[in-house]
Amino acid sequence: MSAIFDVRNLKKMFGGLAVTNDVSLAMAPGDRVALIGPNGAGKTTFVNLVTGNLLPDSGSVTLAGEDVTRLGPTPRVRRGLVRSFQVTRLFSEMTPEEHVALAILQREGRSGGMFSSHRAMPEVMDETHALLSRLGIAHLARHPVSEIAYGQQRLLELALALALKPRVLLLDEPAAGVPQSDTARIEQAIADLPADLAVLMIEHDMDLVFRFAKRVVVLAAGEIIFDGSPDAVTKDARVRQAYLGSYADARSVA
Amino acid sequence: MALTTNSGAASLTGGRLTRDAIGVLAILAVAVLGYFLFPNNLALLTRITAIALLVLSLDLVTGYCGVATLGHAALFGAGAYGAGIAAAHFGITDPIAMLAAGILAGALAGLVSGAVVLRAHGLPQLVLSIAIIHLAHEAANKASGWTGGSDGLAGITPDALLGHWQFDLWGRTAYVFGIVLLVLAFVILRQIVRSPFGMLCRGIRQDPVRVRAMGGSVHGTLVKMYAISGAVAGAGGALNAISTQVVGLDSLSFTLSAEALVMLVLGGTGSLYGALIGTAAFMWFEDVVSAANPFHWLTIVGALLIAVVLFAPKGLYGSLAAVFERRGRKAP
Ligand SMILES: Nc1ncnc2c1ncn2[C@@H]1O[C@H](COP(=O)(O)OP(=O)(O)OP(=O)(O)O)[C@@H](O)[C@H]1O
Ligand SMILES: [Mg+2]
Repeated sequence: MSAIFDVRNLKKMFGGLAVTNDVSLAMAPGDRVALIGPNGAGKTTFVNLVTGNLLPDSGSVTLAGEDVTRLGPTPRVRRGLVRSFQVTRLFSEMTPEEHVALAILQREGRSGGMFSSHRAMPEVMDETHALLSRLGIAHLARHPVSEIAYGQQRLLELALALALKPRVLLLDEPAAGVPQSDTARIEQAIADLPADLAVLMIEHDMDLVFRFAKRVVVLAAGEIIFDGSPDAVTKDARVRQAYLGSYADARSVA
Repeated sequence: MALTTNSGAASLTGGRLTRDAIGVLAILAVAVLGYFLFPNNLALLTRITAIALLVLSLDLVTGYCGVATLGHAALFGAGAYGAGIAAAHFGITDPIAMLAAGILAGALAGLVSGAVVLRAHGLPQLVLSIAIIHLAHEAANKASGWTGGSDGLAGITPDALLGHWQFDLWGRTAYVFGIVLLVLAFVILRQIVRSPFGMLCRGIRQDPVRVRAMGGSVHGTLVKMYAISGAVAGAGGALNAISTQVVGLDSLSFTLSAEALVMLVLGGTGSLYGALIGTAAFMWFEDVVSAANPFHWLTIVGALLIAVVLFAPKGLYGSLAAVFERRGRKAP
């Protein structure tokens, strides 16, 4: 199948440091890719670059055949490229219900309505509560986000991405900060995603990676050092080197 | 906590409508009380009503959208001159038509100043807004053929309201007109701030990056809100022009902009009630204190402000609401 998401030769320097160094990565509909790599490898930066939150120095991002490299984040989302954040970004004074309803209305191009209310739209409310139930946070639907636990905020973060019904979904460590008891919900929600969706997930937990991914991409020091099957990744010498190297660095820093 | 949520869910839209009805009744009750308590001071009450529209308008962009501005009187002044010039130069003396001219001029001023102010964030944004009000003031001063310059724009004689009620010497018609306008604005704005568009605005204030990640347009939404805000401030300006029958440069001043911000902070940002309470409290206090002690009233107003900011940082309404909310949650 042809690529719905195609990144070519992406480069980004942060003050002399090549944080993204000639990265190319393509996904077809239905792909399940895990992006792994040591801390500081540039995984989040990669997501920021392809979603338009950061401007690359060079390279291109193509979405369903359209070059979106020069577009801002908003038009990319509207074309179906959706991300979640590693560190939760939510509206602290708003409730989960308002968050999800707003995302649904946004998806349907109805978020500009001034003389309506989401609470008076049964189809929006039903979808909102169905999604919140799926992630196990329906009982918190009307509490301000500032009053709910971080692990549950993480679930809401994922709910927002799902509510947008993306074509390409980039998840930045969706399970980080989620209590063990809730990771199953996250996994299930990701497993239930439509089959034709292309999903890239950044994740450190290798058990999760192996259950999710059909393909693993390893990023180290801004470069892709491995792109292949989950079976092959653990045997790869450069990958072992990168992880060991980073642990050695960590030890020497500590 | 679960209990309050459930009862809230049960009477959802009903509860909101009841609260709006209470709000409208409260405005009307205060208005009637003012009418009978200060029958010789209706001009002041009408002025408070006009300024309340300005502060409501400021709340839309500052309280709901998080835009910092010290130039909001530009929108009010545009409405005042819009209505005044329509009457004095174009013979449009029907008060409703003058009001429409003011609303239109205010909305246009909102679009223009929004387009400028929204280019920056934080302090630079504040500085841009100050530049705008100074430029507007200077422009009105220079264009004295149209605005009367520093003498003020005179020759504004509105017709009877709806062909029935003359704008009398005691200012009764103007007062009733103003209160009706305020109630209308309040009802419309209550609807707008809780609409999807209003949610989007609150979202932008709390995290514009998240709004973009949802596919929301930050700039477009803010410009729209600025235009709405301009229409509301313009209505206030028009009311002022119609009721006083002159428009002075002070309606387009930095001082008025800053005072509006003070009133908003005093009442509490991000709530329409806060804007109304802040305006009424500030202007009433200013009137009482300046009469009692014409030399030191500014000092006293300053002390009051410091007290509010230190001890009730959410403003008069915001702090009260927080207390009630806490009580409501503790109750079984
Ligand atoms: N805005 C920025 N300015 C300068 N340097 C940055 C910026 N953002 C990230 N970096 C640096 O770029 C490198 C990659 O960071 P990034 O957040 O992409 O790593 P990551 O792979 O997501 O790591 P983690 O697994 O810890 O989330 C790090 O060295 C980081 O310090
Ligand atoms: Mg990261």
